[in-house]
Order: sequence, then C-alpha cells, then structure tokens
Amino acid sequence: MLFLIKNFFIALKQIFIGSKKYYLWVGFLLFLILLGVSAYMDQAERGLIITGMRDQVSWGFYISNFTFLVGVAAAAVLLVIPAYIYNFKPIKEIVLFGELLAITAIAMCLLFVVIDMGQPLRAWHILPVIGSMNFPASLLAWDVLVLNGYLAINTSIVFYVLYSLSIGKEYKMSVVVPLIILSIPWAVSIHTVTAFLYNGLSARPFWNASILAPRFLASAFCSGPAIMILLFQIIRKQSEVKIEDRALFKIAELIAYAIGMNLFLLGAEVFKEFYSGSIHSYPFKYLYFGLHGKSALVPWIWTATILNITAFFLFLLPKARENFTTLNTACIFVIIGVYIEKGLGLVVPGFVPDTLGEIYEYTPTTPEVLITIGVWAAGALIYTLLLKFAVPVYTGKLRFETKELKA
Amino acid sequence: MHINRRTFLKGAALGLAGTALPLNKADASFWEAFFQKHFREMNDAEIKKVIQRLEKEAEQKYKKAIKIGNEKAIPGVSFGYGLDLSRCIGCRRCVYGCVDENNQSKEPQIHWITVLRFKKGEKFSDLEESERYYNPREVPEPGYFYMPVQCQQCEKPPCVRACPTKATWKDPDGIVVIDYNWCIGCRYCMAACPYGARRFNWAEPGRKPEEMNPNTHYLGNRPRYKGVVEKCTFCIQRARNGRYPACVEACPVGARKFGNLLDPDSEMRNLIERKRVFRLKEDLNTYPKFYYFFAYGR
Repeated sequence: MLFLIKNFFIALKQIFIGSKKYYLWVGFLLFLILLGVSAYMDQAERGLIITGMRDQVSWGFYISNFTFLVGVAAAAVLLVIPAYIYNFKPIKEIVLFGELLAITAIAMCLLFVVIDMGQPLRAWHILPVIGSMNFPASLLAWDVLVLNGYLAINTSIVFYVLYSLSIGKEYKMSVVVPLIILSIPWAVSIHTVTAFLYNGLSARPFWNASILAPRFLASAFCSGPAIMILLFQIIRKQSEVKIEDRALFKIAELIAYAIGMNLFLLGAEVFKEFYSGSIHSYPFKYLYFGLHGKSALVPWIWTATILNITAFFLFLLPKARENFTTLNTACIFVIIGVYIEKGLGLVVPGFVPDTLGEIYEYTPTTPEVLITIGVWAAGALIYTLLLKFAVPVYTGKLRFETKELKA
Repeated sequence: MHINRRTFLKGAALGLAGTALPLNKADASFWEAFFQKHFREMNDAEIKKVIQRLEKEAEQKYKKAIKIGNEKAIPGVSFGYGLDLSRCIGCRRCVYGCVDENNQSKEPQIHWITVLRFKKGEKFSDLEESERYYNPREVPEPGYFYMPVQCQQCEKPPCVRACPTKATWKDPDGIVVIDYNWCIGCRYCMAACPYGARRFNWAEPGRKPEEMNPNTHYLGNRPRYKGVVEKCTFCIQRARNGRYPACVEACPVGARKFGNLLDPDSEMRNLIERKRVFRLKEDLNTYPKFYYFFAYGR
C-alpha cells in the first residue's frame, strides 16, 4: 500500500519537471482558466442572463461546444478500429494518445454541461439512486450514462496500460482487448445518443430529421482524427515518442472518406429541405441564406462549407495529404469547418424560428466566450498533464518502484 | 523551479478548501435546501417542514407573509381550457392579470402568456407569420386577429418526457407542474416544448414586495429561483380551490373558458359539444387540453 502512495507522488512530481517552454505554456493556460473562472463567478452570481441566450434560443455556445466535443471523444474509435481489427501496427502504438484525447474531451463535455446549468449544485439530482434519473424516458439521462460509461472505459484502458508499463510489466491482451472491443460500439453510442437528444424533439423540425445521427458520426470522424494528426506531430516533436508518418497518412486517408460521407449527407439534406420547401425548411433557410432579413449565421456556415469542401480535396489527393504543409492546412480547415457546422450551426437553427415563429438572433456575449475559452484551456491543461505522465512511461523513462525492486 | 513536498501539500490543501462550498452560506437552511428531496418522494410531514422553511425564506426576502399551499388534485377532475378566437381582441389583459397573480419576475420580464397577432387571410396555423411584439394605439386593429398561447397542459407532454430529473410531471388533474427545488436548469424541456410555453429565470426574479401575491401553491406561483424553469399551471392555487384562473377573470370579452373535462355538465364539455374546436399543432400528437374555437355569428 505504501509504495502505491509513493508511486502516486512519483507520478505527481512528473508534472513539475519541465522546460521553460513547458512552464510558459502551463502558465498561459492557467491565465486563460483564471479569466474563465472569473467570468463564471459572475455568471454564478448574476445568472445565465450574462449570456446571449434567452427563452427563444435557450441553448447556445456552451451546448454547441459540448456537441462538437462529444464528436472528438467518439473519434478515438477511428484509431482503435484499424489498430485492433486490421492489426495496422503503426497506429496501434499511438492509440493510447488518442484515448487520452477522448478522456480529455469527455471531461470538457461534462464541464460545458455543468456551466450551462441554471442550478449546478443540484447536478446530483440527475444521478440514479441518490437522485431521480428520468431513465429511460429522457435522452439526457441516456447521455449522462453513455458519456460517463465511455469515460470509465477509456480511463480503465489507459490506466491499466500505463500502470503495467510503469512497473515494467507487459500489459495483458486478455484484459485490454475485451475493453477495446467494448469501447468501439460505445464510442458510436455516445455520438448517436447525443444526436438522438436533439433528433427526438418533434417540436424542432431542424433536428427532427433521421439524417441527424449519421451526419453526427460522419462529421465526428472528420474533426476528431484531424485534431489527433496535429497533436501527434507536436508530441513526436516535443518528446522521444516515435510516430511514423505512415500512421498519420493512414488517418488522413480515413478522414477523406469521412468528409466525403459528411458532404454527401449534407447534400441529401439540402435537397430534401429546399426541393420540398415546406415550412420545415425555414431553419435551413435561416442558416444558409437568412430569414426575414436576419442572417447572423450565414457568413459562418458558408465559411464552414467552403473549408470542409477544400479540406475534402486536400485529404483526398494522396500528394496533398502526404505533404505536411497541405495536410496540416487541411486539418485546420476541417476542424474549424466541423466546429462551426456541428456547433452553433447545429444548435442555434433548432431554435430559429422558435416554436411560435419568432426569429431571435443569438450571438454569444463576451463573458460567454471567456468562459468557453476557459474550458478549452482547462482541456488543454488536462491533456498536457496527462501526456506529461504518459509519455515518459510510454518511452520507458519513468518506472515506478515495486516491492521486487526494493528487495 | 523547485517546489518541495511541504509547500506543495500546503498548496494542495488550500486549493481543496477553496473549491469547497461557500462556508458563509453553510447555515442549516442552506444544507436543508441542498438535501431537499424530490417533491413526490416526500411524505406529508416532510412537505410541511419544507413549506415552513420556504415560507420563512420568502418572508425574509419580501418582508411579508407568503402562504405556500399544497392542495392536491381533486379526484374526478381533469382541467380543460377554451379560447374563443372570434372574441379575442388582443388587449393582453390576460397577460397582465397572469403576471399579477402568479408572481412572475418583472425585472427581467417574464410572461407566461404570449399573444400572437396574424394578418387576416395570411398564413395562420403554422404560426410562422405571427407577430408577438405588436404595439398599436388601439386594439383590435382592423385587418388583424389574435391568438393567445400559453402552456397547453398536454396529455402527452414532451417536456415531461425530456426532463432528465423528473422535476416536471403531469398531476392527476392534468396540470403539468414543476418542482422549482428539483429543477437543475438544463432547459431540455424548453427545447422539447412545441408551444414556447416554458420560461427560464435567466436572472434572480425581480419583483417588489408590494407586488407579491401572498396566496401561493408549492407547484405554482410561489417565489421562484434564479436558474429554474417555470410556466402556466392553469393557476393551480385557484383552480384546485374551485376558482377560475386569473386570465379567465381578466378577459374583458369573455373569450376564455375553463372547466372540468370529466364533468358532462361543465362549460368545457358543452363548448366541445357545440362549437368546432381545434388544438394547436395537432400533428405532433401531444393532445393539449387547451381548445381553440370559433363562435358562430360573430
């Protein structure tokens, strides 16, 4: 027991070892977190009135970020599938870092949900047994279950693998494989349930379309892996972790198919809405062309569309995706594109026009943006600290004490 | 940079203390409120105790006695509402009567009833061409007609299904109610409601003590909190004591009707029998108990 505690401190100490650049980075993140926390204190004091949300558009930037990040978390599966099912070695090695990203993304999701709540101290009411979870009727209850389940699965895999490595043991495939097999459908489920959360509301025609869940998955498989391609390049530059180019190019190829699928589904949606032209197409019109002179989202969604289409061709052409300048450009394009499309571009048109026909134009306020930046900084910090521990264990630099070693 | 273990542990301890709940609020009332059970899981004695605490809090806040009732649904009663579209003149007196009765926040402003204005002969039933901020010198305006909308007390309420904590439910007399002490303020119900009936307290409700109606119900017009959802309850504090909702009484043209749908001799049953009634957004299968109708010869 004692050496367990000791090992915990060895791991903790790891956080404080670093170059000047590392301290600057952490300091910068802490500064952003502080800004976010101070803006949040104001929100806790005065209420959600400091945001741009109102009764007409009752969800905004927070829930948009939440939706985007569920996709990022689900995308870890894209690495897992080829690694374990097709036994593609170069990716297998780096699945760990993808799962750490999934853990971070889920932590950020939970933060975004909590900061969106009017009564965050009552969050326990949603839990089974001690609270009164409305399961199975409420899709939000389902979402709580699947997100926390996903967090638990990924944490278990990562913790077990890292702990085995850190005490110098080989991890047992008989433990890891069943968990990974479980995590694949589970990753699909978190994004499907999040899509159903919107999809099931007959009051909101924009969301009440069967194409929503497939589009959620397709877009998640664009942005999540793109983030990973960028992160892997940083990781291998800053540490001794070896990540083969081949692995990155394989991921890029998979992104190309995902964007293709996402654009096809978008086309199907555009056709149905505009050709049939019933009143249910109004949110779509508002999003892409504006409605009754109100057009806050129009420049954003066209930016997203152009970025996504450009990224599609960059990922599709082998020459472009195997050149790091164009590859990274494509990654940034598709991340921003999906962030707009699956963020504000998904949440806000659900409320515009509202159920009584009013067009309320929502824009996030400064405090709302500061709080959001704070959560992103918290996410970046979580990932940085996780890597700070995981990388030396992975490369064999950090080893824990065990009884045998002492004896 | 070197941090020894002692300073680190000290820092960690301070950090943990900082994240704990505010200690100055840690009086008994705060914790009692924090651990308050779901309304439907409390027995009568527990409810009584909670109501005593809430009445004390309300008295401290508004410097006057506010009675919080807990009248239960009367067996054999299912409330229904009728609205005569051919009579409504769009004066919004129902809106103001409702605010006076139900203790809504005035700053920021919360209304439970929305009156929509439509141009005669234009699109109507899909509500897309409606205007809710009309502000003429005089009503009714020539060329327009009006339709008030409030909670439709659906038989199959989408909001109740959406709520992740069961903080809102349909009572046996058909009124959809909210436990303001159990709502977590996630606003999923607002996304689910097809009638724009639910209102959120974006800030601390602002209302002067002299404007407070002291006759309240736990599930209705008692003082609310910042960060919870509220809505029309057919004036549960009145309806369960055999009175008309405030909007029915406020209407100067008698466009609003109210009664027990299970009583064959009630005004509501007579109306459904003799007029042509319809309900809003019938295609969504929410089965509202709010009936709109057109009278003959007017």
